[in-house]
Amino acid sequence: MQISGAQMVIEALAAEGVDTVFGYPGGAIMNVYDEIYKQDNFKHILTRHEQAAIHAAEGYSKVTGKVGVAMVTSGPGFTNAVTGLADAYMDSIPMVVISGQVPMSLIGTDAFQEIDAVGISRSCTKHNYLVTDASDLARVLKEAFHIAATGRPGPVHVDIPKDVTAQIAEFDYTQPIELETYKPITKGNARQIKKAMDAIAAAKRPLLYLGGGIINANAAYEVRELAKVMGIPAVETFMARGTLGHENPLLISMLGMHGSYAANMAMSETDLVIGLGARFDDRVTGKLSEFAKNAGVIHVDIDPASISKLVNADYPIVGDVKNVVNAMLKLAPEKIDPVRYEPWLETIEHFDTLHPLQYHEDSDRLKPQWVIERIGELLGDDANISTDVGQHQMWTAQFYPFSRPRQFISSGGLGTMGFGFPAAMGVKRGAPDKVSINVTGDGSILMNIQELMTAVESKLPVINVILNNNYLGMVRQWQTLFYDKRHSSTDLSVQPDFVMLAESFGGIGYRVSTKEEFDAALKDAVEKNVVALIDVTVHRLENVLPMVPSGGSLFNMMLEYKDK
Amino acid sequence: MHEEERRVVSVIVINEASVLSRITDLFSGRGYNIESLTVAPIPESKYSRLTIVTSGSVRVIEQILKQLHKLIPVLRVYEHADLVEKEMALIKFPISESLSDIDALCHAYNGRIVNVGTDVIIAMVADEPKRVSNFLKAIKRFHPKEIVRSGAVALER
Repeated sequence: MQISGAQMVIEALAAEGVDTVFGYPGGAIMNVYDEIYKQDNFKHILTRHEQAAIHAAEGYSKVTGKVGVAMVTSGPGFTNAVTGLADAYMDSIPMVVISGQVPMSLIGTDAFQEIDAVGISRSCTKHNYLVTDASDLARVLKEAFHIAATGRPGPVHVDIPKDVTAQIAEFDYTQPIELETYKPITKGNARQIKKAMDAIAAAKRPLLYLGGGIINANAAYEVRELAKVMGIPAVETFMARGTLGHENPLLISMLGMHGSYAANMAMSETDLVIGLGARFDDRVTGKLSEFAKNAGVIHVDIDPASISKLVNADYPIVGDVKNVVNAMLKLAPEKIDPVRYEPWLETIEHFDTLHPLQYHEDSDRLKPQWVIERIGELLGDDANISTDVGQHQMWTAQFYPFSRPRQFISSGGLGTMGFGFPAAMGVKRGAPDKVSINVTGDGSILMNIQELMTAVESKLPVINVILNNNYLGMVRQWQTLFYDKRHSSTDLSVQPDFVMLAESFGGIGYRVSTKEEFDAALKDAVEKNVVALIDVTVHRLENVLPMVPSGGSLFNMMLEYKDK
Repeated sequence: MHEEERRVVSVIVINEASVLSRITDLFSGRGYNIESLTVAPIPESKYSRLTIVTSGSVRVIEQILKQLHKLIPVLRVYEHADLVEKEMALIKFPISESLSDIDALCHAYNGRIVNVGTDVIIAMVADEPKRVSNFLKAIKRFHPKEIVRSGAVALER
């Protein structure tokens, strides 16, 4: 059929089953927005900043497992979106981001709102395209969705000049994808899997090291089964929270810089690391030369470049973690005897009793950790929890009782402040039956506060819980610990009135400083089902502990901080 | 980063817009070295072949290969162990230098004089990169005015 480039975008999104597009219009993308106006295949949600459009699409993608879609205009529209692209790239989130570009005849002339968009996005996307002819659009968009969702997922950016969106050409979305240079390996090598299982059978202190790839691969329930059948304890990375569920007796906790003592000690004492969809990030490993020093390493990952990048893998297995875990499950009953690991489980139990993850209540002020636990007690499985970046994020990862995959949505790799609120809007859109909470800080929330307008307008009742310590808390913590308390530019005592702020946008605000007030505010916000800011005054100088100082070894944890 | 080794890597890519920047961005973004890089279309195909001379530890080289392979338009990546490697150089000499001496030296390095004008002599050699370097040392006494090296190309034996 002969249609315009702009119509092709609409048709392609319809063919991909897209039900939501987050975006912001502008000059170069107007032809497409004109077609959006005429269609009712999908809902367009107008954010109030392009960065928020990308984060909202990320949140939507993370909670649903589908490809997130966002649309922006050329120039500043695109550059505002770059942080979101980089965020999605670091956390392997499948996304298709479409940007307008100046007309072909103006490219290279420093035209109004022109920027070399594909030049910028090259290093922060899985792949990108500049479409120079409308007859390429069907192929390009089909490839974009395919590349975004397969292999190691990631964002794909499609830049379309304005004249291409106006150009009439033939559109056929039924042509099969022919990408002879892109064929991800999904099935793990059977012989290698067998060898890995033999290594597990021979190990005395094996440890499952679970990463976000498990959630991407929808393999959490298979991994639960594998852990159970083998009777092997597990640590989760930040990105994997919710994989095993907080009640699972084999789950030790999160490991890494702010991981629990038991999790980090288990990693230090193990004789066989079984890495599933994890990438040995520096926040996880601490000092590499001391990381799991006496252990063999099994590493299952869909991305060959993640294997032996930082830690040498003795048993590298390239493949989709779900396929590999299913293959391991088949071999487990005959090869693995769970009784063998019981003494190891006791050792870990001992670690946990020695230094459990804990905090001390204070009679004067709410402790931020209590707030997280309390949200968990009140809402538990009924909420999806997004966060911003900083102390509140780590406390959430440590203390929230996550019970399922895709319940925890946070910016792990890039650590993007301002991620939480827009992501929580996308989460609400993707999972409307769950309460969408954004746990945030008084620093982060102001980085995308304009999204109050989007949330109110598009009826996305996100509840923002601000753990307000009047500090840029995580940086303040490092300054306290490593910079002799020189709190350079981290005192956020000058603040807006968050209650009035929420109300000025048509949301609802709560000021909370006691447990009773918090319970009442959260219950009221859930019941009223409106966009909310709950401004919780918490202890100003609370630190995230335990902590492995940057570059230190996992077994050298700072367990307590005593102010001298 | 101990034991840096010189390696020659060939990359077969789809011959399309911006594919070269994808590769050079990868090297600069991840802090890998490029000693030389050549690229040209493979005849009668939609592919191009790049020959990249790089250096790094075994782990770095392994990462380079994997990261290159991850790029969508990359078809194949080879790291050469047993290879035939050649590089070309063009050299411009003042006309006042001895034509016959230069010619004799060029012959020793698989080259010859390719152009003699009113002001300059232009010579070429094509040999293993190391030998090209030796040649360039040897011709210093003829006061070369300009030197251009092509970068290495390689084929596995």
